[in-house]
Formats: sequence, structure tokens, C-alpha cells
Amino acid sequence: MLTRRLIAGWPGMLFLLALAAAAVLVPFANLALPPSSPWHVPTHLVVLVGKWLCYALLAIALDLVWGYCGILSLGHGAFFGLGGYAMGMYLMRQIGTRGVYGHPELPDFMVFLNWKELPWYWWGFDQFWFAALMVLLVPGLLAFVFGWFAFRSRVTGVYLSIITQALTFALMLAFFRNDMGFGGNNGLTDFREILGFAVRDQGTRAALFAATCIALAGGFLLARWIVTSRYGLVLVAVRDAESRTRFLGYRVDRYKLFVFVVSAMMAGVAGALYVPQVGIINPGEFAPTNSIEAVIWVAVGGRGTLVGAALGAVVVNAFKTWMTGAMPEVWLFALGALFVLVTLFLPKGILGTLGAIRWRRRPPPADAPALATEQGR
Amino acid sequence: MFSVLRGLALLFALVVAALPTAGRAQVSFDLPAVLAALAGDDYSAKGAAMETMAQSGDARAAAALKALADGRLFLRRADQKVVVAATPSGGALTDAATGEAAGSASDRDLEAVNLNNRLRRLLSGLVGSLTLTAGTRDERLAAADALFKQRDAAALGPLNAAIAQEKDPDVRRAMETARAAIVLTSDRPEAERVAAAAVVGARSDREALGLLLGAANGAPPAVAAAAREAAATIQRHLAMLDYAQNLYYGLSLGAVLLLAAVGLAVTFGVMGVINMAHGEMVMLGAYTTFVVQELFRAHAPGLLDYALFVALPVAFLFTAAVGAALERSVIRWLYGRPLETLLATWGLSLVIQQAVRSVFGPTNREVSNPSWMSGAVDFYGLTLTWSRLWIIVFAILVFVLLLVVLRRTAFGLQMRAVTQNRPMASSMGIRTHRVDAMTFALGSGVAGIAGVALSQIDNVSPNLGQAYIIDSFMVVVFGGVGNLWGTLAGALTLGVANKILEPMAGAVLGKIIILVLIILFIQRRPRGLFALRGRAVEA
Repeated sequence: MLTRRLIAGWPGMLFLLALAAAAVLVPFANLALPPSSPWHVPTHLVVLVGKWLCYALLAIALDLVWGYCGILSLGHGAFFGLGGYAMGMYLMRQIGTRGVYGHPELPDFMVFLNWKELPWYWWGFDQFWFAALMVLLVPGLLAFVFGWFAFRSRVTGVYLSIITQALTFALMLAFFRNDMGFGGNNGLTDFREILGFAVRDQGTRAALFAATCIALAGGFLLARWIVTSRYGLVLVAVRDAESRTRFLGYRVDRYKLFVFVVSAMMAGVAGALYVPQVGIINPGEFAPTNSIEAVIWVAVGGRGTLVGAALGAVVVNAFKTWMTGAMPEVWLFALGALFVLVTLFLPKGILGTLGAIRWRRRPPPADAPALATEQGR
Repeated sequence: MFSVLRGLALLFALVVAALPTAGRAQVSFDLPAVLAALAGDDYSAKGAAMETMAQSGDARAAAALKALADGRLFLRRADQKVVVAATPSGGALTDAATGEAAGSASDRDLEAVNLNNRLRRLLSGLVGSLTLTAGTRDERLAAADALFKQRDAAALGPLNAAIAQEKDPDVRRAMETARAAIVLTSDRPEAERVAAAAVVGARSDREALGLLLGAANGAPPAVAAAAREAAATIQRHLAMLDYAQNLYYGLSLGAVLLLAAVGLAVTFGVMGVINMAHGEMVMLGAYTTFVVQELFRAHAPGLLDYALFVALPVAFLFTAAVGAALERSVIRWLYGRPLETLLATWGLSLVIQQAVRSVFGPTNREVSNPSWMSGAVDFYGLTLTWSRLWIIVFAILVFVLLLVVLRRTAFGLQMRAVTQNRPMASSMGIRTHRVDAMTFALGSGVAGIAGVALSQIDNVSPNLGQAYIIDSFMVVVFGGVGNLWGTLAGALTLGVANKILEPMAGAVLGKIIILVLIILFIQRRPRGLFALRGRAVEA
């Protein structure tokens, strides 16, 4: 019963199967098969796909708030970036004396800036468990404080979108400053090892890839569990008729706040997995452009479908990787056109449109969200 | 032997002339004899001769000194007469003693009057003090200023003389300040120095401040106290001035924000549509200015100063046309779905940016300021640049014009009707979709002319629009929609707050503080400062 509820028909099934297969087969094909084999997966491809899967987790987090609760956050990159910075701080502390200046405590950039001791907010980041906790707590706390104010005073619609954008913009400016103690412009980079394994090692990369697959599957199941619960039904009600839901007696602000915080934590995890794979985190991750791009992944895949969001992230990023290599000057035209065409002609995204075609064979329940129909099963 | 005696006599004359009571009194002296000493070989006698000439107040002596400074004073070999030549290499000659024409000669017939470094320094000071009495108004001001900086005690006498005969109040004040500066740093009686400190304090700029603080060190207690007090007054004055200057910067930033945001407020207010491509309209306006200016440069370089007047309507029409085209082709299909509109317009902004980058290249384009917009004006110690002044004026003009359009025209009436109650307006026979298209064109056109203004103070690059878009949103969100006064209040508040915070917290931190404050403000008043009330709110 629960399994069925969570898997959500063939897209969810396919998605989970694909993830499981990738988690096992890609590391195997990368590590065990010789480079001459036609099935060998080169390491750079492992890293690249791993990066896309991190984006997919971010997209699922975004779909949870936008697709099911109608909160269009243009600042989810902020949570992604904060999770990434938390992980980056752990990785910086692991460098130890192997930095350029060989200081046992301070990261290179602090030595360069003539700092004498570690600032208090860097304390504890030499422990992995602490960093992992912060990956969840920091974005969660920011989302809680921000959402607490925003939802209580009923900031909705485009107003909310704009101030989330301002939020990530403010964070970007803040992290660009050297005296913030996060490496300023250059960010955190030059990582050596994670949990004792060399970050650039082929095996570590394969393991990180598998971990990303697992995290993505976990994030998907968590999101499914939320949206198929009674709680999730209220979220959809908030999305479709916020005032009416409030008048029915639901504390709309609390529902929104909870899902916003969960989503922020998922984004934080995505960022934390992203950083060791790409090997750098800098304030550019907070750029409002990145957050808006994440929104278009969800729109392309299909908002309110979760699987679609992940699919959209992978498809758009694969497209981006190919195009910025093949004809870089056309990429922004293509991305811009994607925004326009998807909103005009594909408002339900790839998966939503496919779903609509399927529904046409069976009599569809008039204009109901996908999950509402599954409750009865 | 002869020249030594002559020197002594001149020294005596000098002492007589330098007596403070002597003022501008004419001391009779023998110009030919002094000139002979000047052209002689004894350097100390030459120095004495120069000072005598400077203090004589005699016009011909002054002319001779100036000629000497220019290297035009010679001894004619033939008759040992001191002459002034027209150029450093000879030419027409005049007799230095009488001022009569004395034929002409080339430098082969002339022997230059030799100087050493000490004398050259002395000469430049003396010529400076001569300028005090004889120069034009600007020259006199410059000379007084130079004396204020050098504080050459020897210049006190000529300065006193110059003050006695000066008519222009500004120049006189400058001279008195210079005299006070000299007195303050000299070892004259305390009472005089205390009074001088107050006079220097009245100048109230950074140089006077530095002088006073320097003078306070090691001076007798009374003088030091007076100097410190005057310095404190200056510091207060300077702080006020800084504050006023920041206020001015803030106003000018507010005007820029107002220009960038007012079009956004119009489209957002009427259609509830956040136009993410608004910044790109601003950018297109700036590029239009560039193109118009290049056309002027190629075909009518003489009229280049007036290119802006052509660029304004062209930019308005061009961006309005682009806006109308976007509305008809994309945005009208998305009414009622504000979040989707936001995404689609973001996509449009990417396309427009990249298109401009492909056509004009990714680097900054040079848009020159017309002559009437460059330079600055000094306003009671404030430096107001003309370009920023004009932009403030221009922003006010645009704002008033827009207000008139909204309040006094049929189109404005329809627009307000649609803003307040779309279905009702439609029922009353207003073609709401046409109003939407016109509104979008108007908003875009205003963005275009904002671009013309911005091209004067900012880099014209494809990223121009992005730099302003978030700030513009903040203005609109802060001020509230559906009311232009809200936009005005929002723009000015944000502009001034930004510039006031900047010196305290640094540019970046100031901006962050502003953003955080806005985010907090939105929590308190989710619909902005000037929110629409009543049924329109739940749209």
C-alpha cells in the first residue's frame, strides 16, 4: 500500500529503477571495465552526470514547493549554495597542513588575509558529522526564519518570488566579501580528501556518484511521501485556493513553512553532494540566474510531478553541456527560447503532457492534480 | 667694491619698504640703479634688488621682474643697458628702466641676466606676490591660494599692500585668509595668532583643517586652543558637507532608480505582470543612444551635442515598439498566470541580451557626454556634477509627464479603470487587451528613455539592464503598486538610504543591509508603502 503510494505509477517506477541501475552500473563500468571496453564510462562523464543528479535533487526540492504548494522560489540556489558551503568548509578543514601555506588550522585564504585564528563559525567543521548536520540545519534555519516572516504576513505570488530573489542576491553579495571568512571571490577549493579518501580519486568519485543516486532516490521518496499524505493534500489546496483553505480552518502559514523548510534542506543536501564532485564552491552559486535556471528545469520536466522535475534537470543540463561546447553563442538564445516556449506551449512540462495523453484514453478526473486521483487507490 | 656698497644701500631700502606701517606707500627708489645691480655679478645684491623691485609697487619694475621670470630680461652688450625682449631669444626690445622702445636685437647681441637656484625660488615668490596686485581676478585668487599653501613669511608685506587696494570681496577674503595662515604659523604676538586662527577657520576646508591642526602642535597654549577650536568647527562643517554630498548622491541614485522602476511600476500595476525583461528595455534604450550618437558623429559632427534630444524620442519609440511586439506575441497568452509570465519574460530578457551581445559585441560601448552635461558646479563646497543634476531634473520631468498621462488623459483613465477592476472595466466597454498592450508599450518606452539617461552615467554593455533589475523590483515592491507616488517614495528612500549607509558600512554591506531591511519591511507591509485598498487587493 505504502510502496504503491510512494512509487506513483510507471514514471516513479522507471525513475527509481534507473537510479538503482545507475548507482550500481556506472561505478562498475567506470572502475572495473578497462578503458578499451565499449561499455567503459570515463571518469569525467561520471562527474558530469553526478553533477546533473545533484541538480535533479535541487529540482525535486523546488518542485515540492512550487509544484505542490505554489511557492515560486527564485532563491533556491541560496539553500543549495549554503549546503555546498557547509560541505566545502569541512573539506577545507581536511586539507590540514597540505595547503600552500601549510598552516595546520587556517585555510589558505585566511593565512593570506593575515587572520590569526579560526572564526567561531568555522569551529566544528573538522568533524564530518557536524558538517553533515550543518548541511541540513543552515539552509533549514534560513528557510525557517525567512518563511516564518514571509508566510505569516501572507507574502504571496510574485512578491514572494521577488524577495526570494533578493535573498539569494544579498547572500551572493555577502559571500563575495573577503571579511565574511568564506574565501570571498574565489570561494572554497583545492580540496584534498573526504572522510579520509582522496577527493580526486577515481574510486571516491564513483562512490560520490552512487551516494548522489541514493540521495536523489531518498529525496524523491520523501517528497512523494509528503505530497501523498493528508498533509500533502492540504498543500495542494493551498496552491489552488489559499484563502479558501485558510477559511476552512487550516493554518496555511504552518503548512507552507514546513514544506519550505524541508525543501530547503533537500536543496542543501544537493549542494553538499555537488561540491566534492565539482571540487569548488564560490559565491557565483548564489547568483539569481542559477536559481531561475533551476525553475526552468522544473517547468520543462513538468511541475507537480517530481519525476518530471528530476528529468527536466538532467535533460536541460545535458542540452546545456552539449550546446555550450558545440555552439556557445547560441546557448543563451536556446535557454531564453526554452523559457518562452515551455511556458507558452508546454505549461505542464514533458511529463505532464505525456500524462495528459495517457489520461485521454481513460476518462480523466476534470482538471484535478495528479496526486488527488491516486488517493483513492 | 662698488657693487657691495650698492647692495648695502638696497638692503636699507628693502628694510624701509618692508616695514608693516609702510603699506603701499611709495618709497622713492632708483630703478636704473637697481636694474644695474640685478644685471651685475653679485648674487646677494641681485636678491636684494629683486625684493626692492617687488616692494616698490612700480609697474615697470614689475614688468621687469616678470620678464626676468620668463627669461626675457637681458643686458645689451653694446651699451650695457638692461632691456626686456619680446621673446627669450630676442626680438623687439624695450628699455626696462623707461619702458621706451629700444630697437630690436637677436640673442647674440644680448647677455642674459644670470640667476642661481636660490634666486629663482625667490623670484617665483616675488612674481607671485606681484600678481596679487597686478594680475586678473583669477590670477590674484590663484596667487592668494598659492601663498596660503606656501606660507612664505616674506610675502607678508606685499600681501598687506595687496589687501589694502583689493576691491573684489572674494579675492580679498582669500588674501586675508592667506595672511592669517602666514601669521598663524609665524612667531608673532599671541593675540595676533589667535585672531588669525579664527580667520583661517572661516575657510573651512580640508587644507585649512590640516594647517590648523599642524599649527596647534607646539604653539603657545592660547594659540593652540584657538587653532583646535577652529579645527573642530571645520570638522563639523566638513561632516555636514559630507552628509549633504551623500544626500545628493542618494538623490541622484534615487532619480536613476526612479527612471528604471517607474515603467516597471506601470506594467506591474496594471497587469500584475512582473516584466523581467524590463532591464533589457533600459539596455536597448542605452544602445539606441549609442547608435544615434554614432550616426551624428558620422553625418553631423557639429550637432553632436544635441544627439541626446534625438535619441530620446527614438529610444522611446523603439523600445515601445519592442514592448508592444513582446506583449502581442508572448505575454498576452499568459495573463492570469503571473508566475509563468515572470519565467517567459526572463527568457525574453536572455534572448534580447544575447542578441545585443551578438550585434554590438560583449564589451562596453562608448557614449560620450555632451558638453553641457560634463563638468561640475561648486555649490557652497558641494561638488555637483552636471550629468547627475540633469538626470535628477530629467527623472522629475518623466515622472510628472507620466503622472499627467495617467491622470489627465483618456488612456490614463482607462488604464486606471483596468487596474482597479478589470471585469468591470471590460463591461463598461473598455478594450482591456488593447489597454494592456498600450500600457506595456508605455512602460517599455519609459524604460527606453531611462536607458538614454543611464547611458550618460553608466557603462553601456549588454549587462546594463541586469544591474538595475533587482533594484527596480525592490523599488516597486517597496513602494507598492498601482500608485506612482509609491514608486517615487520607494526610489528616493532606497537611493538615499543606500548612499547614507555606504560610508558607514561599505558599499556591499550597505546594499545587503538595504536588502535585508526591505525583506523585513515586506513582512510588515506585504503590499508596499502605498498599497491599493479595497477589492483590488485580492487580484
